[in-house]
Amino acid sequence: MRNTKKRDWILTLILIAIVTVFLVYVDKNMHYSMLASVIQKAAIYSLLAVSMNLLNGFTGLFSLGQAGFMLVGAYTYAILTIPMKQRVNVYQYFDGGLLKFTVPVVVGILAAGLVAVIFAWLVGKPCLKLKSDYLAIATLGFAEIIRAIVQWDKLGPITNSSNILKKFPTFHSILWPVVISAFCIFLIILLINSSYGRAFKAIREDEIAAEAMGINLAKTKMQAFLTSAFFAGVGGAMLAMFQSSVQAKSFTSAMTYEILLIVVIGGIGSVTGSVIGSFLYIACSEWWLRFLDDSQTYLHINIPFMRGGFRMVVFSVIIMLIVLFYRQGIMGTKEFSWQGILNAFQRFKREKAGVDNG
Amino acid sequence: MAENVLHLENVTMQFGGVVAVNNLSLDVNQGEIIALIGPNGAGKTTAFNCITGVYEPTNGLVSFYGEPIARNHPQGKMKAAYQGYNSEMYVNMKPVVHTPDEITKLGIARTFQNIRLFSKLSVFENVLIAEHMRAKQNFFSAALHLNGKEEQRMRKRAMEILEEQNLVQYKNEIAGSLPYGLQRHLEIARALATEPKLLLLDEPAAGMNPQETAELGEFIVEIKDRYHLTIFMIEHHMDLVMKFSNRIYVIDFGKLIAKGTPMDVQSDPKVIEAYLGVSEDG
Ligand SMILES: Nc1ncnc2c1ncn2[C@@H]1O[C@H](COP(=O)(O)OP(=O)(O)O)[C@@H](O)[C@H]1O
Ligand SMILES: [Mg+2]
Repeated sequence: MRNTKKRDWILTLILIAIVTVFLVYVDKNMHYSMLASVIQKAAIYSLLAVSMNLLNGFTGLFSLGQAGFMLVGAYTYAILTIPMKQRVNVYQYFDGGLLKFTVPVVVGILAAGLVAVIFAWLVGKPCLKLKSDYLAIATLGFAEIIRAIVQWDKLGPITNSSNILKKFPTFHSILWPVVISAFCIFLIILLINSSYGRAFKAIREDEIAAEAMGINLAKTKMQAFLTSAFFAGVGGAMLAMFQSSVQAKSFTSAMTYEILLIVVIGGIGSVTGSVIGSFLYIACSEWWLRFLDDSQTYLHINIPFMRGGFRMVVFSVIIMLIVLFYRQGIMGTKEFSWQGILNAFQRFKREKAGVDNG
Repeated sequence: MAENVLHLENVTMQFGGVVAVNNLSLDVNQGEIIALIGPNGAGKTTAFNCITGVYEPTNGLVSFYGEPIARNHPQGKMKAAYQGYNSEMYVNMKPVVHTPDEITKLGIARTFQNIRLFSKLSVFENVLIAEHMRAKQNFFSAALHLNGKEEQRMRKRAMEILEEQNLVQYKNEIAGSLPYGLQRHLEIARALATEPKLLLLDEPAAGMNPQETAELGEFIVEIKDRYHLTIFMIEHHMDLVMKFSNRIYVIDFGKLIAKGTPMDVQSDPKVIEAYLGVSEDG
């Protein structure tokens, strides 16, 4: 027992070391490559997917407000951290904006999470009582409304209306988004494995039984909802840093569906699945399947349907196939463990030996 | 006389035009095993739901060790729609409402007619969840695993229950994969883990053969003594009810039609009439 624990620690440390060396290498030598870009975005999406999974997969609350909380986080971060000298420039139509101070990056990221929590509380208070489908509609509605409100002219001195927000501090190294996401996901894993995480799962399994076991539904659902929103806000802030600009119109419901898709591909109720799903999805959509959107000629034949937007068609088909035939996703509700890897490895060796002998 | 544990007074539960429980009054005293019987659809489960806070009774009073835990009178639209009795009795008293989790904290645990386990969680986790409500921890200390002592205490306590109930060997099994009888047993073990004073069992012998039913009877007496419980159960199996309960309440169409010792009730013509043409397992 103790030995396996020690072994797992050592293996984990080795893995972290290898990943760090790899990231530093990529950062130094190919900072502007597609690979570096995919790593950053996938790391951020991992956090966003895990935070959504916390609600949908672990607590059984079907919420579609993710893009709304991300927007709140991204805007909070951007508004608070744009340096004073740049404000005249950014808020050119609003006399340099209303805010006359700037906060450090760390404070900006934390504020992004906290402001998302405030909005989540306002939304959750009336909506968490609703039955599943209605909760989804209500949170989707919130995301649409907040996107409209942010672009409202009267709020221009704060939000810059529908104009772009930029010039705020961004990531200097690709290590940052990975480290911050990993740390946040680590916190979520701790939560899931705590007494509160068990309460979340109890609610997912059976609300009535959970209540009969002394779990306060309203309070516990709110805790899950606020935690999820906090990390969605932090993820939104990181997305802003990654893109180095923020505009409300990019936080559409399509963004929420994208994250939902990652959660489903990875496995509803698996943190590992959400992380793997993010890297796969982002690598495919940003890189490996990009060619689907280009009209190209293969062997002198021009494939007529390969043009802008075809990628999304392919994705839609993949979603349908997953939902129809592979509802478990990649991981189901299972999680990564070294024991699992070692077992699989041993099975593989045994099978290979069997093949060689026979 | 033994202390009164549960007291229902003129409890009526009306859904739209359906009066599921009609002016029900009953008492359950310390250390008793009391049965609630009646044909299907008589309103037995609804009565349990009124006691445990799943439903707010339309009218009447429920008290637990003398403290009101539910009290209501017809309000709003229900004022005109109310079809029950005694609608004036509680008008001047403040309604009392408790959510099911609060009722559980007060010391009333229950099982369900259709087993409601956390079926994808392990047997151990099913029991462990009961410890959450009384744990001395807050969200942040627990989430950051700074509550090591408390977490250990919870796990130890859950293990004790599993040991007492001879379920340790199934500790890591997924609850939903257990055989039916064990699932019933686990549901009771899980209820015991909330440390109740009063245990409500909704058709605990449903789906059991006569042998298993007899064993269940012994088991109920055993846990009653071991955990100093009072037991209020809904049951269809007459042999179980007759042999193990101290007193019986019979309801039909939501109304109390008979009460008394098994002997009294068995020979009551009203009871025989209510059950006429209804099989025992009905
Ligand atoms: N939530 C509800 N809404 C409407 N009618 C209900 C509700 N719950 C129970 N009933 C009705 O109350 C009556 C009693 O049901 P129940 O208490 O389940 O009976 P049983 O004695 O078999 O446990 C039934 O007619 C049922 O249809
Ligand atoms: Mg019933």
